[in-house]
Amino acid sequence: MFRTFKTALLLPALALGLMAASPAVRADTPAPVQVIQKLTDSVMDAVNNDPALKSGDPQKVMQLVETKVLPFVDFQHMTASAVGRYWRQATPTQQKELQQQFKLLLIHTYSGAVSQIKNQKVEYLPFRAAPNATNVVVRTRVLNNGEPIQLDYRLVQMDHDWKIADVNVMGIWLVDNYRGVFAQEIGQKGVEGLIQTLTTRNKELAQAGGAKG
Amino acid sequence: MERYNRAMFKINQNVDKAVLKPVATGYKDAVPIPVRKGVTNFFGNLGDVWSMANDFAQGHVVEGLNGFMRVGVNTVFGVFGVLDISSEMGLYKQPNDFGLTLARYGIDSGPYFVMPLLGPSTIRDAAGTGVGIYYAPFNYTTNNAAVRNAATVLQLVNTRANLLSTTALLEQIALDPYVFTRDAYLQQRRSQVKAVRSEGILSPGPLDSGGDDADAGNLGQDSNAMDSGAQAEPTSSSAASPAAPLSETLSSRAVPSNSPTANPAASAARP
Repeated sequence: MFRTFKTALLLPALALGLMAASPAVRADTPAPVQVIQKLTDSVMDAVNNDPALKSGDPQKVMQLVETKVLPFVDFQHMTASAVGRYWRQATPTQQKELQQQFKLLLIHTYSGAVSQIKNQKVEYLPFRAAPNATNVVVRTRVLNNGEPIQLDYRLVQMDHDWKIADVNVMGIWLVDNYRGVFAQEIGQKGVEGLIQTLTTRNKELAQAGGAKG
Repeated sequence: MERYNRAMFKINQNVDKAVLKPVATGYKDAVPIPVRKGVTNFFGNLGDVWSMANDFAQGHVVEGLNGFMRVGVNTVFGVFGVLDISSEMGLYKQPNDFGLTLARYGIDSGPYFVMPLLGPSTIRDAAGTGVGIYYAPFNYTTNNAAVRNAATVLQLVNTRANLLSTTALLEQIALDPYVFTRDAYLQQRRSQVKAVRSEGILSPGPLDSGGDDADAGNLGQDSNAMDSGAQAEPTSSSAASPAAPLSETLSSRAVPSNSPTANPAASAARP
């Protein structure tokens, strides 16, 4: 309740535009949040300083993903989670293949999104997690033309590093969302069938991208 | 139900491909960005009136007041909503609708339902959309049916134009667009419903204190929306209220030391 009334009291202040002031990054920022800040900063910097990247040049985007994004992503966790209960039925070779193809598909997804990056402002919402949690969510809001877009990251701790395992755009967890499609595909054509479908789709996307660039 | 849904999804896709998408593309090419933005803002302002009505109907007074100020500022200073001055002042849009109001008072989603022309929905949310269309604020601004129809078409084309890049991306990455769209819609809706249900009256944000990682399997009441057995296991998802990002941010800045959890509130905005 206390929070509530303070919030209500702040509304007039808001209306006066006092919110423009932005607090600096605190020294005690939790590690997962730091990871996302680092990632966000480096990607935004790269995109804003490179017109070719900004226009979505597939090769440049690939390069960006390889160097700046991949180190922060746990693809095995992502793939296992998207394949769901079928993951354990897949042979190690199939798992590797699935991971590779899913990675390619996500890179294509990401390439499409890079061209949308402008000078958006990113706000970090309060981070809440148990002190020894190994699976946390970092919540951000991207201010795009004034309308805040929910962009959350699920991170898992691997040894000492925090890695991204899923991304939530406007209430939709991306990797989670593939689970239904993957399950359907595996149900109809088996694990091998899903690998086939993904490979074909990635080839199509690579061709489409190549034609554009 | 899935047979009907898939058929309707296909019809919608075809109508879009044949009519709406070409028109929207032409509109996007012909109309300069500032004008399109003005159109978006104008209808957005009318939409905010409906969101505000639903905020209050749900007992979310803070969000409702936020909406009230948004509409007031944009209508008066933003030339009847053409300029979105509120957002520049930090009063952000918080979409809300009657489907969420129904959800707030305990009505479950019912099965997934693809509406003719309007697309993904559930039985409950389709009813909510119907009520929303019936009470659309624009209906009260003029008695001239021709003007109303023209406005509806403009709004539709403008909205579609705004979505052109999104749908292009969707077509690329979805293996089965029907399933992908359905799951995305249901997932997003669940997260919104969870937010409106978890907030107390007069509350600035969701009451769950552990972020959303702690509560896996939140499918809960709305799980019956799935129309195929494909997604058998619960999705561990949900999120902070998309409807109340402003007040969340606000409260964290205002009272970091009063934060209900012991963790430091890390809130930083970049220039």
